[in-house]
Amino acid sequence: MEKEVVLMKGNEAIAHAAVRCGCDGYFGYPITPQSEVIETLAELKPWETTGMQVVQAESELASIYMVYGAAGAGKRAMTSSSSPGVALMQEGITYMAGAEVPGVFVNVQRGGPGLGTIQPSQGDYFQATRGGGNGDYKVIVLAPSSVQEMADFVDLAFELAFKYRNPAMILSDGVIGQMMEKVVLPPFKPRRTDEEVIKQCPWASTGKPKNRERVVITSLELKPEIMEQRNIALQEKYAKIQENEVRYEEQLMDDAEYAIVAFGSAARIAEKSVEIAREQGIKVGLFRPITLFPFPTKQIAELSKKVKGILVAEINAGQMVQDVRLAVNGAVPVEQFGRLGGIVPDPEEIVEALKKVM
Amino acid sequence: MAKMKGAIVVNTERCKGCQLCIIACPQKVIALANKVNLHGYPYVEAVNEEACVGCASCGIVCPDGCITVYRKKVEE
Amino acid sequence: MDRNQIISPENIVCKKPTLMNDNNMHYCPGCSHGVVHKLIAEVIEEMGMEDKAVGVSPVGCAVFAYNYIDIDWQEAAHGRAPALATGIKRCWPDRLVFTYQGDGDLACIGTCETIHALNRGENIVIIFVNNAIYGMTGGQMAPTTLIGQKTSTCPYGRDPQLHGYPLKMADIAAGLEGTCYVTRQSVESVGSILKAKKALRKAFEASMAGKGSSLVEFVSTCNSGWKLTPAKANEWMKENMFPFYPKGDLKDTTNL
Repeated sequence: MEKEVVLMKGNEAIAHAAVRCGCDGYFGYPITPQSEVIETLAELKPWETTGMQVVQAESELASIYMVYGAAGAGKRAMTSSSSPGVALMQEGITYMAGAEVPGVFVNVQRGGPGLGTIQPSQGDYFQATRGGGNGDYKVIVLAPSSVQEMADFVDLAFELAFKYRNPAMILSDGVIGQMMEKVVLPPFKPRRTDEEVIKQCPWASTGKPKNRERVVITSLELKPEIMEQRNIALQEKYAKIQENEVRYEEQLMDDAEYAIVAFGSAARIAEKSVEIAREQGIKVGLFRPITLFPFPTKQIAELSKKVKGILVAEINAGQMVQDVRLAVNGAVPVEQFGRLGGIVPDPEEIVEALKKVM
Repeated sequence: MAKMKGAIVVNTERCKGCQLCIIACPQKVIALANKVNLHGYPYVEAVNEEACVGCASCGIVCPDGCITVYRKKVEE
Repeated sequence: MDRNQIISPENIVCKKPTLMNDNNMHYCPGCSHGVVHKLIAEVIEEMGMEDKAVGVSPVGCAVFAYNYIDIDWQEAAHGRAPALATGIKRCWPDRLVFTYQGDGDLACIGTCETIHALNRGENIVIIFVNNAIYGMTGGQMAPTTLIGQKTSTCPYGRDPQLHGYPLKMADIAAGLEGTCYVTRQSVESVGSILKAKKALRKAFEASMAGKGSSLVEFVSTCNSGWKLTPAKANEWMKENMFPFYPKGDLKDTTNL
């Protein structure tokens, strides 16, 4: 298997990984801090090599619906944006959830609310996990904390999206998107042929042959009895995802008396915080959720039985801390530390915050 | 001398009584029946079918595709 | 001549298209949607593209178009059909991909997606049923509502001072580089229906030949929204809509 080790930005890794994992189409719009995704794809010209389509759409709104169309027809389609653009996409995302369309999208978060700032933040945790669109639905959320994970999670997002016929997202941020690290790019996987798509995705609108009923990709159902059943089926699907797809990482938790829970770039910073705290004699470990939906509720509940307290370090005003508190269910104190407005905290700040609440 | 003779079959459960076929017919073949279908719509029927020449104007303008039109060349 | 001698399968000259299934259509009696649906079904069948056609339905009365024509469909969010069609056609270039949209969908909330898909020259056909009103939601003003026309949100008649001017989307489309065929048709008479069918066929052929995007506008009636009988609605359309939205080809670079 061919392995290449290169130095590149997180955003660039997304683009390379997309081409290599057999993505059929990228439809996107420029926005800081993630424009490198479409710029890299434009430079790579995959339409000449793998046949992957790259379209600069007229807006984020158009982008998500191009993804909807292609993914509804069984193809691996994705887009990427940053917080205000992803806000625009929320309608398309709930439509994908309702119609069970396996679109993939990336949010390289920046500070908000509104147009906000171009500096990094983790302020879209709620938007990603609580659903910014209407109705009862969930999106599969993967939170990379390295350029390597940016590269690895593209194929994983597509695999999960198609396995469950559900939209899936990579929740990154301006730190991971812009920082440069060594990355082993995944080997090239060819795009599926039309026949493979038709065989693997009998639910998709690929053109109706004589031997099946017509396919209708829709989220509309006016009869409440049927709509209730559809919603119940969606909830059962989400329960299955919760049971089978939780991913997380623990560092130095074996003898830990305190835990820092952090995701994405905050987790990278917290790694250093754990090191500093240990040097000062504090037995602290790091628990890093990798999937934000499904959230590692069980694992955090278990962890709360072993520690005296938990500090949630996230670059927002307090979002993931709610899910941690739900999991901990009052067993031990849970506090939150975050910076706002695009400020990225130093590792020492997290250590100070930990000491304050110990 | 040959001429065309036509006949129509109306799907009365599909008809909504919009009467566009009545207006389109050049031969005054069709009229609104004095009955309604299961959906509550009055439907149309051929009341003067001897005059029908099978031009299919009715079938072509019908928004619901209710009318099947038949035509046969008949030797006088 | 006995009626039963005429009524025989070999004598059929007109019937419901095979690609239209037996579901009764929910449209109001006399609605133009039904005729346009028939034409789409006939043309796809005559082109032999039944297993390669993918339609994108709108939000509007025609949201349920997918219940009536026996091909694969996707339901789009309001106005976004051209974006869905772009995604589908880019990834399935040998499929016949078209959108079916009303005036609110295409010329209001979806103006951006309409113009950009057309201008990118996506090999799709955008079918535009223009009846100058929002039918599904009960008869409100549309971007194509005529000056002086009364609707539920302009009950005293459309006034440019209050409501601005009606939009001529076909004229805009004809000015875009990416379009190869822009035409206005109607379906109220046998003659206009036969012309409309030819136009639709040309548009579909052009998309399959990779010539770029097409906009086929059907100037239509909404007898419920206009509060007229189907017959009177056709008359009103001829007197008022046709002069403002003139029929014919506005652009044809297809060489077909």
